[in-house]
Amino acid sequence: MPDGLDFEQPLLELEAKLAELRADADGAADEIVRTEERLDRLRRRVFAGLTAWQRTQLARHPKRPHTADLVKLLFEDFLELHGDRVFGDDQAIVGGLARFEGRSVVVVGHQKGRETREKIARHFGMPHPEGYRKALRLMEMADRFGKPLVTFIDTPGAYPGIGAEERGQAAAIARNLRVMSSLRIPVIAMVTGEGGSGGALAIGVANRVLMLEYAVYSVITPEGCAAILWNDAGKAPEAAEIMRITPPDLLRLGVIDTIVAEPPGGAHRDWEATAASVRSALRLALDALAQLSPHTLVRERYEKFRRIGAWEEEAAPRPR
Amino acid sequence: MAAWFKRSDDRSPARTVVVTEGLWIKCDSCREIIYRAEVERAGHVCPKCRYAFRISARDRITLLTDRGSFEEREAGLVTADPLNFKDTKRYRDRVRAAREKTGLGEAVVCGLARIGGLPVVLATFDFSFLGGSMGSVAGEKLTRAIELAIDKHLPVVIVSASGGARMQEGILSLMQMAKTAAALQRLAAQGLPYISVLTDPTTGGVTASFAMLGDVILAEPRALIGFAGPRVIAETIRQPLPEGFQRSEFLLEHGQLDAIVERADLRDTLCRLLVFFAAAEA
Ligand SMILES: [Zn+2]
Repeated sequence: MPDGLDFEQPLLELEAKLAELRADADGAADEIVRTEERLDRLRRRVFAGLTAWQRTQLARHPKRPHTADLVKLLFEDFLELHGDRVFGDDQAIVGGLARFEGRSVVVVGHQKGRETREKIARHFGMPHPEGYRKALRLMEMADRFGKPLVTFIDTPGAYPGIGAEERGQAAAIARNLRVMSSLRIPVIAMVTGEGGSGGALAIGVANRVLMLEYAVYSVITPEGCAAILWNDAGKAPEAAEIMRITPPDLLRLGVIDTIVAEPPGGAHRDWEATAASVRSALRLALDALAQLSPHTLVRERYEKFRRIGAWEEEAAPRPR
Repeated sequence: MAAWFKRSDDRSPARTVVVTEGLWIKCDSCREIIYRAEVERAGHVCPKCRYAFRISARDRITLLTDRGSFEEREAGLVTADPLNFKDTKRYRDRVRAAREKTGLGEAVVCGLARIGGLPVVLATFDFSFLGGSMGSVAGEKLTRAIELAIDKHLPVVIVSASGGARMQEGILSLMQMAKTAAALQRLAAQGLPYISVLTDPTTGGVTASFAMLGDVILAEPRALIGFAGPRVIAETIRQPLPEGFQRSEFLLEHGQLDAIVERADLRDTLCRLLVFFAAAEA
């Protein structure tokens, strides 16, 4: 099992055994049932006790559905649109026009590669400024034509490189944050894998922020956090635990609105079931937002982000 | 992000003033040994390379505003510890130590002020408060400052000096980027100008939100300005970085800034800009 994670191994072994039993024509039916029950119990136990680091590994699982995979399963008639009209076409972000259950929507998402060559071409899902500008162009188009915007977040972060800095990485992200806050259309963001830092948020200022059950969303990758805290990226598992990056934590902190269930064993085990789950969450959010006026959509989105944070107010300014 | 939090033992790319004993200091930008009194006379500027040393929020306010005009707001807004965060130290203890060290409530100081007689809302970072990092309080103070400007129909000046989002408040720090950017959108919709002043260093989530959204963006000479920290970039691309990379002059050359302004001219430049915008409104 080349792509199995450590904590998946016992499950994968039991599954292999079950497959053997089923393949055996003389196999005892009651043993199959017993093994199925054992597998189910084991899976529940493993997934109920996942650490934040194990969740991070699931969020990055090489077989997890990426934006393009979800787009294929969720939308009809997707037409990809390329380029920022200024510098280039950043393949770390894909975007285009699509139909969702009879509705026209504009779709934007981070795109990681799957094979080595594609991973490199897509910079492992880490966008350059031109990627954010492509996203911006599509968002503005959605706004102009009154089409809802759906974004899929799956990036370790914006690309750290010389060209990215030369071409204004920070300004590109900043501009997206600002423009997204003023879009007069329904905006739905879904964190599907890794939501890493400003590179994720740059397509994440939405009326509804949904999150897959085993996705993570954080200010910096656990590796980056560990490198800063302990000068040792190898301590990422420890960092993941203290950063509060899992959906239940983010729901409690008011950062996301909905946790979207994944099939048993995680999204990578069953893309179809994952898509079905995403589909119903998306339908629900789109239906709710379709009721709101452009003005209300802007105000509601503003207020949603306006509230986020934790502070204390001292009764009087401290003497100095 | 959060590059401010570098351990003191690694080769931090951020500029620091190494205080040698007595009358002389070393400029870490050009590495020349310079006469302390001369640096102080010039407003904490290196006489050799024009690098503007980091100064406190209080000194910045004195430098930029009309004497006695600054009225602090939101000083009672203080840090909570929403994640109950502890690494080698507890976050609460780090904040307490920063408050004692700086005499400030948080990394951002904001309020009403006059510059050349013109009223503004001014917010300024203090890098010595946990590296000027932006957590919930900094984001909330900036947002309230922008809202105050909308309410009073005033321009906004923000002076940044920050390593980016504050890691100890995790995702809540990240969200301050969206909050401040959205507030600036509202300010712009009211036809009110925003002048962003970038000082050494301005990186990470601060650069990638309000700092790069100014109607006019100014920077002090030789300030480190960027999204990713230079060390992270060097490790990612496994190449040495070009000379002057991510300095103010580099950003100007690449079209990211409106102007580089010497510290001694900053107040006058702000004044000219404010006069321009005030006149345009009439
Ligand atoms: Zn110098």
